[in-house]
Amino acid sequence: MSLLHFAIISPFIVALFIPLFYKLFRSIHTGWFVLILPVVLFGYFISFVPLVRENQIVSETYEWMPSFGLNFIAYVDGLGLLFALLITGIGSLVVLYSIYYLDKVKEKLHNFYVYLLMFMGAMLGVVLSDNLLTMYMFWEFTSISSFLLIGYWYHRERSRYGAQKSMLITVFGGLSMLGGIVLLQIIAGTASIQGLIEQRAVISEHEFFLPAMILILLGAFTKSAQFPFHIWLPDAMEAPTPVSAYLHSATMVKAGIYLVARLSPVFAESSVWLWTVALFGITTLFWGSFNAVKQTDLKGILAFSTISQLGMIMSMLGIGAAALHSDAVSDQLFMVATIAAIFHLINHATFKGALFMMVGIVDHETGTRDIRKLGGLMTIMPITFTIAMIGSFSMAGLPPFNGFLSKEMFFTAMISVFDMNFYNLNSIGVLFPIVAWVGSIFTFVYSMILVFKTFMGPLQEEKLDKKPHEAPFGMLISPIILISLVVVIGFFPNILTYNIIEPAVASILPTILEPGDRIISKITFWHGPTLELFMTIAVVIIGVLLYRLWPKWKGIYAIFSEKWTFNRLYDHGVISMERGAYSLTSSYMTGSIRSYLVYIFLFMIIALGGTMWMENAFTVDTSENAPIRIYEVFVIAAMLVATVITIMAKSRLTAVISLGVVGYLVSLLFVLFQAPDLALTQLVVETVSTALFLVVFYHLPPMQRHEKTIGFKLTNAIIAGLVGLMTALIGISASSTKLFSSISQYHIDNVYTEGAGKNMVNVILVDFRGFDTLFEVCVLGIAAVGIYAMIRLRLSKGESS
Amino acid sequence: MTGVFMGALIVLTISIMMLVIRVVKGPTTPDRVVALDAIGVLLIAIIAVLSMLLSTYAFLDVIILLAILAFIGTVAFAKFIERGVIIQHDRNK
Repeated sequence: MSLLHFAIISPFIVALFIPLFYKLFRSIHTGWFVLILPVVLFGYFISFVPLVRENQIVSETYEWMPSFGLNFIAYVDGLGLLFALLITGIGSLVVLYSIYYLDKVKEKLHNFYVYLLMFMGAMLGVVLSDNLLTMYMFWEFTSISSFLLIGYWYHRERSRYGAQKSMLITVFGGLSMLGGIVLLQIIAGTASIQGLIEQRAVISEHEFFLPAMILILLGAFTKSAQFPFHIWLPDAMEAPTPVSAYLHSATMVKAGIYLVARLSPVFAESSVWLWTVALFGITTLFWGSFNAVKQTDLKGILAFSTISQLGMIMSMLGIGAAALHSDAVSDQLFMVATIAAIFHLINHATFKGALFMMVGIVDHETGTRDIRKLGGLMTIMPITFTIAMIGSFSMAGLPPFNGFLSKEMFFTAMISVFDMNFYNLNSIGVLFPIVAWVGSIFTFVYSMILVFKTFMGPLQEEKLDKKPHEAPFGMLISPIILISLVVVIGFFPNILTYNIIEPAVASILPTILEPGDRIISKITFWHGPTLELFMTIAVVIIGVLLYRLWPKWKGIYAIFSEKWTFNRLYDHGVISMERGAYSLTSSYMTGSIRSYLVYIFLFMIIALGGTMWMENAFTVDTSENAPIRIYEVFVIAAMLVATVITIMAKSRLTAVISLGVVGYLVSLLFVLFQAPDLALTQLVVETVSTALFLVVFYHLPPMQRHEKTIGFKLTNAIIAGLVGLMTALIGISASSTKLFSSISQYHIDNVYTEGAGKNMVNVILVDFRGFDTLFEVCVLGIAAVGIYAMIRLRLSKGESS
Repeated sequence: MTGVFMGALIVLTISIMMLVIRVVKGPTTPDRVVALDAIGVLLIAIIAVLSMLLSTYAFLDVIILLAILAFIGTVAFAKFIERGVIIQHDRNK
């Protein structure tokens, strides 16, 4: 267990003590204790930057289950470090923000911080595990802690709904991913990511390649809210705002992005990967931005905006896979997509975190998040307004903020498909830049709505629950830090490129990197009057027009009626699945033993008969049979008569008596076949059981009512006939095929010499096979005790034993 | 010798068949019970003949047991028909 492992699981350890702090120090906000950890971790991970910058990799192995080959390998490279810094950095800011956001007295802080720390540890585990199975474990931890955090205000119906929905969708994806991981492990014999990358040639040849890829992508797409699995994210907005800022914009939803980036070297050789990732990303980008425009809830806008931006990053990762098809590092053109993806990932975490915190402040200080009620807050909340403006402009992709840079690079990446002369990219791929451009226009429109509808226009004080005022300073610290990052990265993007982005890109595209090679990413503001710049200018112009004319074209959303949304599909799916399962269960679980017997017998007929038929197992071989003697024929005939009488009997008494007759005839058969002990026992047992039947008989409710023949049912007759036929056939076949001789000769030879007895049956019962007898005695004992208990222990109806 | 035994067996079997007809037809329960009792006695006879036919002593126990059981059974049936119960409850309880 190295320090690195300890750093990964430290949030879990600290989480154990949170309730203690909460109970002991009621006067201090629990968040202050929590805050220390992410700050320390952030500092710790910063110390890796110089190492990773030199393309060095830190890898520590802790043998967890060595016999399964399951080791917890902590692996720090550029990509992992980038995510670890995001998680701990934004984690610290979110904890700080939550200290001011959540009330010390009213809220159950110990729950909140335990969940949050669990999440933080899980997320660190996801991004720093080299073993896919340990990564899966942490992956599910993020699902669980996210579930708990979304349902934090569990008394609200919407929270529970949102929590359940996100749980169902992400766990569905997680389980699919596990399937993919297991397939990969079967193919490559290892679950280590580095091991998989080494064996990528083997993997891409294998028949499980496609299933593994699809299953893993399912996991990534559900977690990262890609179309059409995006529906859980807007409903997860019921969580407290710090949670939305942390989980649902900056970290958890990027776990899928991380996975796609991490496994790109393994899968990206295939064109399916490129097309799937890029297509789903671009669809998500468009759909998310298109839907964000019609939202009226601030967090709703941000949720759809997150979906859209995640789609954007995903599509860039997809296009970035093309870099693997050009051989030289010097050819930087195809690599720009990956660089842009990583750059935008950082940018999105900064501005979206700040925007969520801004929305939280607005909500906190006005009591509403509905843009129809808000307006005119600019002069009342100037700092919040500044944050919102910078964040939104960055999101819209306006200079001089960091969003502008990544959007330009995004366009560059999308345009680069023109130069890709493989996988039909330069024909059908033309759609990519167009859809991306349209999506950017919608992004611009909702960003404007976010700022201007909230802060401009008239103040509608009568609609607000509280008198609005500027937020306390403590609450503003975190968004201010994030927004300054937006500006700083915007002006000086190259502080990131060298330290963070280049190593991260190197770990996404390790295979094209020769030893000693460096990926050089140069992000500049002004790159000349290129096509990208004109695209951005067009976005701004059309975006402003669309924003101005918003009431005029609102009607377009009416086309997409509520009936056809994925939410409705999900809701109906869940309901109809429950209904279907219920009606299925109630259709066959009738509660009547008779129908269960029908199932059992039918199954027996089908399974046994089917096997017999398919294996051609039916044989008749009479050569070994003894000759049939006349008295056996008589006894069997009498038994048949008695059996028929038992079935046809009009009264139960007749049935009981004829059953007794059958029993006695059986004992006569035993006599005929020379089994005196059996005959004796059979006689006694038959007598006793007949007597017992008679005893039970007497206690039955008035006899007359039931005194009628058993109703004839064709199905019952058929099933009974088939069961009889089946057993008869199996009996005949079994006796016709004797594979080996009986062992009875041993008993005959040794019954006197070894067992000191002449009665062979009895010697077998108590000597050779006495063990069985012991437990038969036990059975009788249990039956006797059971009968006694049932008769004596009579509890009245309400009482339970 | 075997022919004699076989003849006896056939006669006994025919008798049992007649009694079975009585068991089936009734008309009253006592009729059936008496028929069953007689079947029991005939079974004893059959087993005796059989054990002579198979020349073994092994079935003599069966004969004794059958005799006892036929008696007990008939008594139990009789009691059931008479009183409706076979084992009476202890009055002192």
